[in-house]
Amino acid sequence: MMRTAHLFQARLFPFAAAAFAAALTLAAPARAEEGEISYPKQNWSFNGPFGTFDRASAQRGFQVYKDVCATCHSLQQMAYRALSGIGIEPSAIAAIAGSVSVPALTDDGQPTERPALPSDRFRSPFPNDRAARAANNGALPPDLSVIEKAREGGADYLFALLTGFRDPPPGFKLGDGMNYNTAFAGHQIGMPPPLHDEGVTYADGTKATVEQQARDVTTFLAFAANPEMESRKRIGVRVILFLVVLTGLTYAVKRKVWADVDH
Amino acid sequence: MADSMSAAAHPAPDGVTKRDFLKLVAGATAAVGTGAIIWPLVDSMNPAADVLALSSTEVDISKIPEGSAITAVWRGKPVFVRHRTAAEIKSAEDVQLSALIDPQPDSARVKPGETQWLVVIGICTHLGCVPLGNKPTDPRGEWGGWFCPCHGSQYDTSGRVRHGPAPANLPVPPYAFENPTKIKIG
Amino acid sequence: MAGLHKSEFTNPVINWIDTRMPVFTMIQKEYGVFPTPKNFNYFWNFGALAMVNLMLMIATGIFLAMNYTAHTGMAFDSVERIMRDVNYGWLLRYGHANGASMFFIVVYVHIFRGLYYGSYKAPRELLWMIGVVIFLLMMATAFMGYVLPWGQMSYWGATVITNLFSAIPVVGESVVTWLWGGFSVDNPTLNRFFSLHYLLPFVIVGVVFLHIVALHITGSGNPLGIEVKGPQDTLPFHPYYTIKDSVGICVYFIVFAVLVFFAPNYLGHPDNYIPGNPLVTPNHIVPEWYFLPFYAILRSVPSKLGGVMMMFGSIALMFVLPWLDTSPVRSARFRPIYRILIWVLVLAMITLGVCGARPPEGIWVVLARLATAYYFLHFLVLLPLLGKLERPLPLPESISRPVLGGGPLPGGAMAKPMEKA
Repeated sequence: MMRTAHLFQARLFPFAAAAFAAALTLAAPARAEEGEISYPKQNWSFNGPFGTFDRASAQRGFQVYKDVCATCHSLQQMAYRALSGIGIEPSAIAAIAGSVSVPALTDDGQPTERPALPSDRFRSPFPNDRAARAANNGALPPDLSVIEKAREGGADYLFALLTGFRDPPPGFKLGDGMNYNTAFAGHQIGMPPPLHDEGVTYADGTKATVEQQARDVTTFLAFAANPEMESRKRIGVRVILFLVVLTGLTYAVKRKVWADVDH
Repeated sequence: MADSMSAAAHPAPDGVTKRDFLKLVAGATAAVGTGAIIWPLVDSMNPAADVLALSSTEVDISKIPEGSAITAVWRGKPVFVRHRTAAEIKSAEDVQLSALIDPQPDSARVKPGETQWLVVIGICTHLGCVPLGNKPTDPRGEWGGWFCPCHGSQYDTSGRVRHGPAPANLPVPPYAFENPTKIKIG
Repeated sequence: MAGLHKSEFTNPVINWIDTRMPVFTMIQKEYGVFPTPKNFNYFWNFGALAMVNLMLMIATGIFLAMNYTAHTGMAFDSVERIMRDVNYGWLLRYGHANGASMFFIVVYVHIFRGLYYGSYKAPRELLWMIGVVIFLLMMATAFMGYVLPWGQMSYWGATVITNLFSAIPVVGESVVTWLWGGFSVDNPTLNRFFSLHYLLPFVIVGVVFLHIVALHITGSGNPLGIEVKGPQDTLPFHPYYTIKDSVGICVYFIVFAVLVFFAPNYLGHPDNYIPGNPLVTPNHIVPEWYFLPFYAILRSVPSKLGGVMMMFGSIALMFVLPWLDTSPVRSARFRPIYRILIWVLVLAMITLGVCGARPPEGIWVVLARLATAYYFLHFLVLLPLLGKLERPLPLPESISRPVLGGGPLPGGAMAKPMEKA
């Protein structure tokens, strides 16, 4: 007759769990609503609980960033040394850093430049935001360090944006110096189409279509925003396996302890 | 809290052994889990990646007059770069190893062919003060190297301790000559 | 007169300490042999879960604070440095941020448990009220913590929430200026928020202690909502409930781990990865999910002061809930009408949460107003009336003999319990 408590528990729990799950799922994607922009889901190498960054793609993406995006966009949270996370060798990283000059002071305190070291953060194209606006028609090119996390839709959105430049539909009023983009909120973006077929030449012989470049640079930016992702997921899998075992053990002990209780 | 059940077995009339074994395994697993939670917290206090990456400093040595030293900063620590006179080199080389607290020949503390340059970490091995003696006008102690104002330790012109309480020589950091006027520490 | 405690511990060290300061006796009494109703279901895990969660938040928070810089020019970068360079920094930060969400999930379930089983009723009114204080402190702590990374949502959340106080007649503006330490949310604001964000969790620990003191005076409630009649109705807390709580803690950690390791930003807002900018408000600002229902109440009233009062009122009336509910029966299991209304309330809260996440226009305004209306109707009208109108089911005689003379539950319900009886 002590069954009642369990019956009750079994009945109430799914209710409550469903209610909370519903609340969470409804609340979260609700944010995606604004604007009628769309970004189709892409099949990224880093998707899913076991996903990793496609090294070759991320390295090509770094090249796209370096040759194209870096003209206007900073990546100031990232250090050159972090490129080892996409499989670039230390000697190559030193060479990449060494080819960039960063601000420094001479021994007598005058501003100068020195070659960057792997320990330096990426050099920004403009000394400050005001200079960046001045050079870009008043629009501030955002820093790209965490851009993948800073936009609804993440990598899918970035890819849609980079491949979303079109001629405006007839009747669309495009502002001065603006460009039409299917993925951007309001469809008017200050950034001119950055990628062009064969705009970069890939060392590994991959054909540099706009779509390929967009895919590669998005992979690189996803890495830049989540450099910890691979170890996070790897540790996560182990943690959850461990917890499942621990839960089983604990539940077994619980049953043993409660075995002699009439409840 | 998860492992609180691991302690103190509750004797029961039946099933004692199986229950105790289960408890032991569950308790041990919970202890491992607790450790796995604590380790990231502890490790977060170790030097971060950016701190570890700042491991080298370049020093221009062309402007250091003979008989003087400058202080460079490497990993947040003062590093003495001393341009030794011929007399100082000779006194450092001539000393009997048996007379030293921490015996080490001068040749092991400088680069061959560059014996006029002595590079040492400028932190007294006693309790971490910065010894005096970089400028010729500083007190340099009886052995002409450095003198620590905190507790009176004295170092010779090779940075070796000659008078306590310091127990060891000033350590030589890893460094290399980039060119005759520039060294890279670290 | 004062005297040494006569300790019963045999271990000489423990005995020596216990004789002089009987903490071990206290622990033994309050957590070892403490008589606890034998019929708890898993909803009674959530108090222990909240405790574990609080400890985790404090632990991760202390280590995060070692690397965080409370300065408007450096806060965002210092958080990114934690994510990128500090050993396991990403784990600390994602654990702390998602830990806040977990804390609210756990506490909302804990509150629901209290509402469903009438845990707030005499003699546990003060226990309940202390719980409401903890909830308020949690909200303040979570809000100030969310400001610290100094992203766009941090900045504008801080601006909007502090501006709530400008609704106070006459002194409102001065109060807001005082809260800010300036004429906008700026460096002084960030610094004081950091200071208070570090302080309040320890205040929460203190109030949690009072919560437990009060709990151990009245004893726990239970799913039947009837008082313990004697030793046959209880079990010692250890090992029965330490082990049962441990099961819940393990499951809790699995949910937590899924969030932290595989969806660390799912419950966050992308805009908070944009550095705070005092000159540009994001198109659509929303608080963290756990504040959405209250945010929706705020927005459902087209009057500044009215909205603020409704929002604070919605929590304030929790303090008088023990007197609003006039029914002498605690558990919803024996209250056929209340058992329906409590789910309507849950539905209203979820509706409010969903509305709070949408722009305040069209259908969402209507829904939010309906749900707000029900929220207040539920507590201020239905509960007082229900105590008089509702005919409760017969209560069991005792916990150890619950279904004497026709059970309160449908006899045919056959759901297989997870554990054997």
